[in-house]
Amino acid sequence: MATAAKIDPAPPPSASHDAVVVRFAGDSGDGMQLTGGQFTLATAIAGNDLATFPDFPAEIRAPAGTLFGVSAFQIHFGATDIETAGDAPDVLIAMNPAALKVNLDGLKPGGLIIADAAEFTERNLKKAGYAANPLEDGSLARWQLMALPISQMTLDAVRPFGLSNKEALRTKNMWTLGLVMWMFGRPRAPVVQWIEGRFAGRPELKEANLAALNAGHAWGETAELSGPLKQFHLGRAEAEPGLYRTVTGADALSLGLVAGAKLAELPLFFGSYPITPASSILHALARLKEFGVTTFQAEDEIAAICAAIGASYAGHLGVTSSSGPGIALKTEAMGLAVMTELPLVIINSQRGGPSTGLPTKTEQSDLTQAVFGRNGDTPIPVLAARSPSDCFAVAIEACRIATRFMTPVILLTDGYIANAAEPWRVPDRHDFEPFPAIFCDQPPADGRPFNPYARDPVTLARPWVKPGTPGLIHRIGGLEKSHETGNIDYSAANHQKMTAIRHAKIDGIARFIPAQEVALGEPWGRLAVVGWGSTYGPILKAVERARARGHAVSHIHIRHLHPFPENLGALLRGFERVLVPEMNMGQLKVLLRDRFLIDARPFSKVSGQPFRIAEVEAAIEEAIA
Amino acid sequence: MNEMTPPAAASPRSTRPDDWASDQEVRWCPGCGDYAILKAVQRTMPELGADPAKTVFISGIGCSSRFPYYMETYGFHTIHGRAPAIATGVKLANPELDVWIVTGDGDGLSIGGNHMLHLLRRNLDCQLLLFNNEIYGLTKGQASPTSRLGTRTPTTPFGSIDRPVKPCEFALGAGARFVARTFDTAQKQLPEVLKRAYAHKGTSFVEIYQNCVVYNDGVFEAFTDRKAAPTSQLWLEHGQPMLFAGGTRGLTLDRERLMLEVIEVTPETLPRVIVHDETNRSVAHMLINMNFPAFPVALGVIYCDPRPSFETVVAEQVAKATAGKVADLAALLRRGQTWEVSPPA
Repeated sequence: MATAAKIDPAPPPSASHDAVVVRFAGDSGDGMQLTGGQFTLATAIAGNDLATFPDFPAEIRAPAGTLFGVSAFQIHFGATDIETAGDAPDVLIAMNPAALKVNLDGLKPGGLIIADAAEFTERNLKKAGYAANPLEDGSLARWQLMALPISQMTLDAVRPFGLSNKEALRTKNMWTLGLVMWMFGRPRAPVVQWIEGRFAGRPELKEANLAALNAGHAWGETAELSGPLKQFHLGRAEAEPGLYRTVTGADALSLGLVAGAKLAELPLFFGSYPITPASSILHALARLKEFGVTTFQAEDEIAAICAAIGASYAGHLGVTSSSGPGIALKTEAMGLAVMTELPLVIINSQRGGPSTGLPTKTEQSDLTQAVFGRNGDTPIPVLAARSPSDCFAVAIEACRIATRFMTPVILLTDGYIANAAEPWRVPDRHDFEPFPAIFCDQPPADGRPFNPYARDPVTLARPWVKPGTPGLIHRIGGLEKSHETGNIDYSAANHQKMTAIRHAKIDGIARFIPAQEVALGEPWGRLAVVGWGSTYGPILKAVERARARGHAVSHIHIRHLHPFPENLGALLRGFERVLVPEMNMGQLKVLLRDRFLIDARPFSKVSGQPFRIAEVEAAIEEAIA
Repeated sequence: MNEMTPPAAASPRSTRPDDWASDQEVRWCPGCGDYAILKAVQRTMPELGADPAKTVFISGIGCSSRFPYYMETYGFHTIHGRAPAIATGVKLANPELDVWIVTGDGDGLSIGGNHMLHLLRRNLDCQLLLFNNEIYGLTKGQASPTSRLGTRTPTTPFGSIDRPVKPCEFALGAGARFVARTFDTAQKQLPEVLKRAYAHKGTSFVEIYQNCVVYNDGVFEAFTDRKAAPTSQLWLEHGQPMLFAGGTRGLTLDRERLMLEVIEVTPETLPRVIVHDETNRSVAHMLINMNFPAFPVALGVIYCDPRPSFETVVAEQVAKATAGKVADLAALLRRGQTWEVSPPA
């Protein structure tokens, strides 16, 4: 059995590719996310550009061997700029029949399947709904197949360390990682370092994991001699010089909030309630207390935002974070923050909806919720991050707008961005201009009573007064306030005026944000493909390909979704047609039509999966036809 | 007040009750119990040595929640039920502030019940005044979570059928370390209870029976009425026997059934009367649950047994976790494994 590796005689995937997509798939308990994460790190260190797509079930430990319990991690890496996690994998690692069945559809024709043959037992085949063993019945003929008894070979490799069978089998992800690292010539040193740290207190587990990793690697070396398995050689990607690390969206967002608060010279208060896929931001910030970060795990979503509002009222930068359903619960409090004009950053890591929807899958269907979803005329600025590393700059921008304009700001990211990783050039402290918060601490010079709703003539922001400041005692609240005194005022003229001011303040932010740029192409042409958020990569690549075929197509990607940059309308009018690919039923399209009276056409995908480049490409072809 | 010398540096100028009244016109119904509470609070603040500029009143929604507008302090009139959550953010951000929460039976125990629970279990340092009038006033007289069974209102035309919650019992169950009860017109005792609440570090839960003249008039009259007071009110004092009716009656423990019992006090029975121990949680439960009129209504500080307050523990943990650490943002951004991309040669 140990030598029963079945190697298909077909040629290996071309080693001349400048980019490769690898998908690791197994049971949710097989450690696929961890394996993928370690491979990502080694790949980044090897100098490739990359993008990842972790795709896991909502269940923590779904029953073993089931289709719904399959967890996958996809990485796209290579010598060129990588902007997406890749359309179709070149290599699929399937740790059991269910993993094969769920992931086979996407695999490129001629792609390589590495399957753990030891897991293709009758019982597991049945659980996955296979009548016959696909490794043996010829049904995988379109692909190259390497069926190896990975579990068995892992057990052999770790036998000296006296682990239980269960513990020993848990190292099979390291065996697989060793093999894949050999295939792509990745250095093992960072993984060895990680294993040594992770199992510092369990020497037998440390040794077993190292042995499994090395055994997988050695198996690759040996198998190469027999012919079919070849190493891929990918060149280094050209990148801007500088210091790099990999970040997920959640990492970059957390760091951006810390940096934003520092640039505002404010302590950061982060109130949150656990929810997928937003919790990782709370986890990250909870460890950064030395940066003046207070984290508060509240009793519910409402308390989380209310505590953040309370902290902002008292002079901190209040931030709250959630995902769609939790954001819905926070909406009344958002209205309070608008009415009391306090700075606040609200992060929505969007997931599939409605209701509980698809907790671990991605979607961008909360845009209209962000722009409109409150009672009353309640404008709030809305920003969106386009990639994991972009989260850093967008978080800083959200802090800047919130404090400068005394307003809540909604920052949209999504499940894909939150979990996906990519290389990030570590910014320099000079890359961002400080925007120190200004507190009012002096009573009016003319001796008149202090008006908490007096306004800065340029930004229309009201003064920020910390309670505790002598001479400026005042009261605020959710009831309409007089624009002249700040006291309760229900009069018709005053409400009309205050409503208009609240709108003018937010609309006016457009004058203090960068003009809309074109991500790729000319600022005019046959077709503008307009996107926002995590669709950046697929749209950019699809536009690139359309342009290579000679089409006058440009890509515009919007970060400031409310208010829009001042030049956006004029820019869009320079195109004959406008196509808006979105992972929703056409929400940005609604906004563009409303604001600019243009015939923006939707291209929707709401499957819980990111766009494939080919899908956007096809939509472009149709739009310009 | 000229004869008073202001204490040195730390403390602000001394204040008078008027200094705590804002210029806003008070808009409760004439005869509302809230006026008496407002007056008692404004009268007590100078005695606390509190500083108006360092005091924040935070409220939710309802008649009681208008309270902050009438206090010449910082004030935040928030949204329905959420004052405890807002207060938590305020106090964590600035533990130096004196935070007061004003809420009602609907605001605090219905829509905001969850926040109340967690405020109490965390023990944030603040004073929480719950005005209990057993009715929804501002929405025009619907049954509240403290309305007695059978209360007829527009939403319960045949009488309310859901059992009322006892605020002090809820508080104790949630882990409150200070539970007191008083009523609006108790102008002698209310300030004393407020002083105790202010002195206690942690969440001081004070239930104040408050008469709604429009929708639930006289609902507490049976025991708040001056004439009924001696026999219907048991004012608790730590270390003192639980006596009422001018010292002629007292509470004792029926040791067989582990229940409280009212006894006639004579020189012989006096030793059997329980001495109030504020730190006794079990007796506090019994005192809260005494049924009027078979028993008097227990008033004053029912339970007080301090524990470290939330913001103190948060600060301690921050100090411990950050000891010896430098907030180096540049280093943080470079944390983990990094690699250098050199400019092309």
